[in-house]
Amino acid sequence: MKKRVLSVLLSATMVAGMLAGCGGGGGDTATTSDATTESDSATEEAGDSADAAGGETTDPADTGDTAASGDFDWKKYEGTTINVMFNEHNYSKAVISKLEEFEALTGITVEYSSTPESNYFDKLNISLSSRSGTPDVYMTGAYQVWEYAPADYMEPLDDYINNPALTAPDYNYDDFIPGVVGALKWDLVPGHKVGEGSQWALPMGWELNNLSYNKNVLADKGLEVPKTTAELMDTAKALNEFAGSGSYGIAVRGTREWATIHPGYMSLFSTWGAQDFAIEDGKLVCKLDSPEAIAMTDYWVQLIKAAGPPQWTNYTWYEASSDLGAGKAAMMFDATSAAYFQNFAGASQESGNISWSTIPLPEGKTEADMKANIWIWAMAMNKDSKNKEAAWYFLQYFTSPDYMQYAGTDGASPDTPRQSVMDSDGYKEIVGSAENYLESISTLTENASIQFTPQPYFFECTTKWAETLQDLVTSNKYSSTEEAMQQLKKDLDVVVSDLVISE
Amino acid sequence: MKEQKTNSAAASELNVVPFKTRVLPYLIVAPALIITIGIMIPFIMAIYFSLTNYSFRMPKYNFIGLQNWINILSSSVFWKAVWVTLRYAFFSTVIEMGLGMGIAILLNNLNNKFSKIMRVALIFPLMVAPITATTVWQLMLNNSVGILEKFLNIFGVYNFPWAASPSTAMMTVVMIDVWINTSFCMLLVLAGLQSLPKSPFESAKIDGGSTMFNFRNLTLPMLKPSLYIALLFRLMAALQEYAIIFALTQGGPGDTLMNLSLTAYQNGFQFQKFGFALPYILVLWLFINIVAKQIVKRQRAAQKQAAGLEE
Repeated sequence: MKKRVLSVLLSATMVAGMLAGCGGGGGDTATTSDATTESDSATEEAGDSADAAGGETTDPADTGDTAASGDFDWKKYEGTTINVMFNEHNYSKAVISKLEEFEALTGITVEYSSTPESNYFDKLNISLSSRSGTPDVYMTGAYQVWEYAPADYMEPLDDYINNPALTAPDYNYDDFIPGVVGALKWDLVPGHKVGEGSQWALPMGWELNNLSYNKNVLADKGLEVPKTTAELMDTAKALNEFAGSGSYGIAVRGTREWATIHPGYMSLFSTWGAQDFAIEDGKLVCKLDSPEAIAMTDYWVQLIKAAGPPQWTNYTWYEASSDLGAGKAAMMFDATSAAYFQNFAGASQESGNISWSTIPLPEGKTEADMKANIWIWAMAMNKDSKNKEAAWYFLQYFTSPDYMQYAGTDGASPDTPRQSVMDSDGYKEIVGSAENYLESISTLTENASIQFTPQPYFFECTTKWAETLQDLVTSNKYSSTEEAMQQLKKDLDVVVSDLVISE
Repeated sequence: MKEQKTNSAAASELNVVPFKTRVLPYLIVAPALIITIGIMIPFIMAIYFSLTNYSFRMPKYNFIGLQNWINILSSSVFWKAVWVTLRYAFFSTVIEMGLGMGIAILLNNLNNKFSKIMRVALIFPLMVAPITATTVWQLMLNNSVGILEKFLNIFGVYNFPWAASPSTAMMTVVMIDVWINTSFCMLLVLAGLQSLPKSPFESAKIDGGSTMFNFRNLTLPMLKPSLYIALLFRLMAALQEYAIIFALTQGGPGDTLMNLSLTAYQNGFQFQKFGFALPYILVLWLFINIVAKQIVKRQRAAQKQAAGLEE
C-alpha cells in the first residue's frame, strides 16, 4: 500500500511539474528604472525626438491649458501604479524607451514585463484568466481580440476615447488609418467582419503582406519582377540555386501554427477569391473546400515544392527573412517589415538590394482584386483592471500622434498606423528610402484588411490548416489537394459547431 | 492519603511532555504534508476540470461528465499521440541505455587519464537546458548555415531534410535526445560498475572465466539495479517529452511528432481548451504510473538477486 501511495505521489509530482512547466513563461520583469538603465541612450533619443516633434504632450504650458479647460489633466492619476505586459518586439522596445517620460508627465508608475513571443501568449492567457486585474494593459494581436473580447478580458475603449475629461484634445483618433484601427473593432458575433462594434484595442503598428525580392539577383538572371502567379512560379523555379546549392527561389513560412497561414498564403488566398468561413442558415460554415480555395492551395503547395525553402516546415518569419537578407532566397512573400529589417544599412548581407512589389495576380484578376491580409500589434486594457483610467492614460500616450512620430522614425517601427506620421517628411525620408516600399503599401492599402472571418476558434482552425499544408507539401497522406481541403473543411466545421450566430 | 496524592502528582509530572517535544513530530512531518497537499490539490483539481468544459476563453464553465474523455478516447488524434509517445520513448530510451552502458563499461575498463577527462566532458550536455540545446541543434541542422549540412555535403548529400520531413523527423528529435541524455545513463551505470565487489571477479579470473562469461554472469546481474534506475528516469522523462519536440517542430510536420504532452499543451494553452487538454495529461500520468511501478518492482527483485537474497 505504501509503495502504491509513493508511486501515485511521484507520478502526480511529474504531472504537476509538467503542467507548471507548460504554463511557465520566460521573460523578465522590471520597473521603469530597470528599463531605463538598460536603454539610457534610447531614452535620450526618445526625448530628443519628442522635442523635435513638437513635444506638446510634455510641455507644461499645454498641460496647464488642458487643466484650465477643466476637461483633461495628465496628472489626474498621479501616484497610481499600473502593470503592463509586453511581447518582445521593436514596437514594445520603442514604448519601453519612452516610459520614463510618461511617468514624468503623468506621475503614474509603470511596472512591466517583456516576454519572448514563443511564451508571451501562454503567460498572458494565464494572467488574464486569473481575473486579478493584472496586467492593466497588455500587448495583443488583432486576431487575439476574437478570443479575448468575448471572454471579457478586454475593456471596450470607446467611452475613454470619446470622453474629453479622459482624452487629450490633441489625441486625434481620426488620424488612425481607418482600415487599421477599424480592424480592432468587432461586434462579438462570430462570422461578422471586423470594423463594426466596440474598439477593443489600439494599434502600435501593422504589417501587410506582399512580394519582396532581391533586385540584384533578378537583374543578374535577366528576370522581370513577377506580376502574375504563373510568372511567380516560373521566376521562382528559374531562381533555384541562383547562388549555388542551398539557395532557392522564394521564402515563405511553414511552421505548424497560425502564423504560416496569415501572411503570404492568406493574401494570395483572398486575392484568388477564396474565403475561410461564411454564415449559412445561422451557422458558421467552413469554405475551404471551394474551387478557389483548392486551386489556390494547390498552387501554393506546388510553389513550395518547386522553389520553396528546403526545410520549409521549420520556417517562421525569422528564417524566411534571414534567408532573403543572407542571399539564400531570391524572393519572399511575407510581411512588408520582415524584408524591411533586412534592408537598412548594415542589417544583412543583402541590405540595400531588396525591393518590394505587390501581390502576383491569379488568372483573370486585376489590381483591384488584390487583398493583402494584415496583422496588427496593438495594446488593450484588461477588463478586470483596478486602474482603468491610469491604464487609459498609458494607452493614449503610447498611441498618440507625438509618440507615433517617434516610433515611426527613431523608434524603428516602420509600419505606422497614423496617417499624419506616414505623411510626415521625417517618416518619408527614413522609410521611403527603401525602394518601392511606400509605393507598394500605398497600392495595397485600399483593400488591405483582416481577410479572416473573425471567430474565437481562429487559432485552432489555422493550426489545423497549417498542419494540412505541411501534410500536402511533405507527405502522401492525401491523394489530392481537393481531398485534403475537403477533410480540413469537415474538421473545421466540427471545431466551430458550437458557435452561436446571433444576428 | 497524602502519600497517594504525592504519587499522583509525580505521575502527572512524568506525563507532562514538554511543548517542544510534543510539537517536534508534527514539525518534522509538516514539510512533507505541505508538499503532499500542494501536489494532491492540483491533481484532484485536474481530475475535476477534466470533467468540465473549462476554457480560458469562456468566463464560465459547466460540468460535462465524461464528455471530454469520450471525445478524446474516440478520436484518432489521441491514438496517434499515444503511438508517437510510445515510439519516441522506446527509441530514445533504448539507444540511450545501450550507448550509456557501452560508454560506461569502456570508461570503467580504461581507467586512465583519458577516461577521467572523458567522464567530465561527456556530462556537458546534461548541463544545458534541453530547450537551449535544441535551439543550438536547430542551427546546426539548418540547410543554409548548419555545420551538419556542410559535413553531409562532403559525402554528396545536399539539403538533408532532418526535422522538416515526416520520414526523418522522429530520427532527428531522438538524435537530439540521445545527445543530451546518454551521459545521464552513462553516469548511473558507471557509478553502478564502480560499486561492484571485486572478489567475484577475482574468483572468476582464477577459474579462467572469459570476459563474456564474466559480463553475462557477474557484471550484468549485479549491475541490474543501477540499469533499472537509469531506465526508470529516462523512460519517465521520454514519455513526458515536450521541450525538444516543441522547440524543433512544434509537433510537425503535419502531426508526425504530436505526442501526448504536446497535444495537451496545444489544446490547453494554444487553443485554450483546458478541460479538454487534461485527459491527455491524466492518461500520460497513468502510463507513467504503470511503467514506473513495473520498473520499481523489477529493480527491487534485481537488488535482492544481486545481494544473493533471492535466485
